[in-house]
Amino acid sequence: MARTTISSLFGSSPVRPLQQHMESVQECVVVLVPFFEAALKGDWAEAKKQQKLISKLERQADKLKRNLRLHLPKSLFMPVSRRDLLEVLRMQDNVANKAKDVAGLITGRKMSFPEAVSTKMLDFVKRCIDASKQAQKAINELDELVETGFGGSEIKLVQEMITTLDEIESDTDRMQIKIRAELFKLEKDLPPVDVMFMYKVLDWIGDLGDLSQRVGSRLELLLAR
Amino acid sequence: MEFEFYYIAMACIFGLFMAWGIGANDVANAMGTSVGSGAITIKQAVIIAAIFEFAGAFLAGGQVTKTIRKGIIDAELLSGTPDLLIFGMLAALLAAGIWLFVASRHGWPVSTTHSIVGAIVGFAAVGIGVDAVKWGKVGSIVMSWVVSPAIAGIISYWLFRSVQKFILNTDDPLANAKKYVPVYIFMAGFIIALVTMFKGLKHVGLDLTTLQSYSMAVLVGLIIMVLGIIAIRRIKIDPSADRDFHFANVEKVFAVLMVVTACGMAFAHGSNDVANAIGPVAAIISIVDSGGQIGQKSILPVWVLLLGGGGIVAGLLMYGRRVIATVGKHITDLTPSRGFACELSAATTVVIASGTGLPISTTHTLVGAVLGVGLARGIGALNMNVVRTIFLSWIVTLPAGAIMSIVFFFTLKGIFS
Repeated sequence: MARTTISSLFGSSPVRPLQQHMESVQECVVVLVPFFEAALKGDWAEAKKQQKLISKLERQADKLKRNLRLHLPKSLFMPVSRRDLLEVLRMQDNVANKAKDVAGLITGRKMSFPEAVSTKMLDFVKRCIDASKQAQKAINELDELVETGFGGSEIKLVQEMITTLDEIESDTDRMQIKIRAELFKLEKDLPPVDVMFMYKVLDWIGDLGDLSQRVGSRLELLLAR
Repeated sequence: MEFEFYYIAMACIFGLFMAWGIGANDVANAMGTSVGSGAITIKQAVIIAAIFEFAGAFLAGGQVTKTIRKGIIDAELLSGTPDLLIFGMLAALLAAGIWLFVASRHGWPVSTTHSIVGAIVGFAAVGIGVDAVKWGKVGSIVMSWVVSPAIAGIISYWLFRSVQKFILNTDDPLANAKKYVPVYIFMAGFIIALVTMFKGLKHVGLDLTTLQSYSMAVLVGLIIMVLGIIAIRRIKIDPSADRDFHFANVEKVFAVLMVVTACGMAFAHGSNDVANAIGPVAAIISIVDSGGQIGQKSILPVWVLLLGGGGIVAGLLMYGRRVIATVGKHITDLTPSRGFACELSAATTVVIASGTGLPISTTHTLVGAVLGVGLARGIGALNMNVVRTIFLSWIVTLPAGAIMSIVFFFTLKGIFS
């Protein structure tokens, strides 16, 4: 049966798909923990398995991203700007991409890290995952934000969440600086090429936190109009 | 006037066909918002629509019927040839009815109001003469088609903003919902009752003074409000429902309000749209009754309004419930806190138009109201293509109705005279 004027007036809201995408991203990122645990132990069979899982989950997030993009025609009138929304989506997706890159690089080079930094590395990864988790928490408030029409106490709540996210991100920055300093002390005794890539991996893990923070700040832009 | 019986019989059949079509298709747009928001079930929607469409048509449908009957055409010009007016009105009914049937088959978004006005203007301008059309009146009708969605949009924007301010954006939305929702319920009951008292009830033998109207309207509003408060008290608040979505229980309170506005919407729709079907019928009957006299000050026979109301209910029961179900399925994003704002502002606008005798499109008014809430950042996603489609349908519907009624007019003229 053909749709009537009123029913064709209502488009499908992008909020739920955006939240589902973030959920999928987070699912992908948390696998980094078992992956690192295996890799730091040198259990490459297990690490490989986890890395494959990360790739799979990243592809799943990609699919959700494409789907959402296809369902956001320009003619859609939304309470938030379409451009900002797509930007949030892109940032979310970058988090998953980065997780995939980190796992891919470590597996590809079968990288091992010096004893002295390995536990700190794991803590660092976990803290970065905290950041993406916090970003997800903020994104999950979007349906409440739409319900209240982007005002009042709900805005305050989300802003507090984003402040917490910023704090977590600063935390990860500090951890990164410490691990780098540690690595600097050891680097002359390590194979130079390996050390180069260790710095690179550190950077990328740090990016996980940065990108999660950017999800939050894009969300903030979305709220302001 | 040798074919009197045939004229009236044909008028009734065509009018019933139109009313049936309105019930089958149009009502769904008015009721679908309530079903989509989950405030009422389809069965409840059909019952509410059947009762209040009929009440609206019967109690408040008189003014718009008068406009369709004798507001568009200058009947003085036809005093010598009453048959022409009969042919014209029959042709207009037939043209609008067939056009709507074809259009709804193809899923084109057309408005009954625009079809019938286009058809009447068409036969009058071509079949009788350009001077036969009261262009000033037609102009004000066309203006009202632009103004009514805009007014509904402005009302719904502020209505929803008030909901944000007093309820949603407060520290305890649930307590405030319980406190303020009855006020909105009162407003809904009061406004619709007031307009009906002012304009509608003369033909059922009730002639009220201004003071009486106001006090009756206040009384009606209060009664509905008390019923609403009782219903809100009986809502089971489920704190666990708020874990995922913090406003689940608040929406339950708004759902009560939405039952009231759904009634108002059905009432408003009936009061405005019944005229599209029975306005021409009433015109034909008054000519035949007065023995070919045109411009006679005859009042609208009550049974004609009953015919229109009955036709709408028949269409609703036979076919409309399926359309309501389809519409409802597509608009689940509209929660009761927004749905009520849309319905209350659209219903208010339409009822006022009914009181002033302006035939407007309920659907387009509702679209305006929904966009108003959208502007207040209240709705997830609205498809703006619809606005373009609506303008397009105006451009298509008016000439289509006009051309078809011109053809039927000359055909009927050829057969009967």
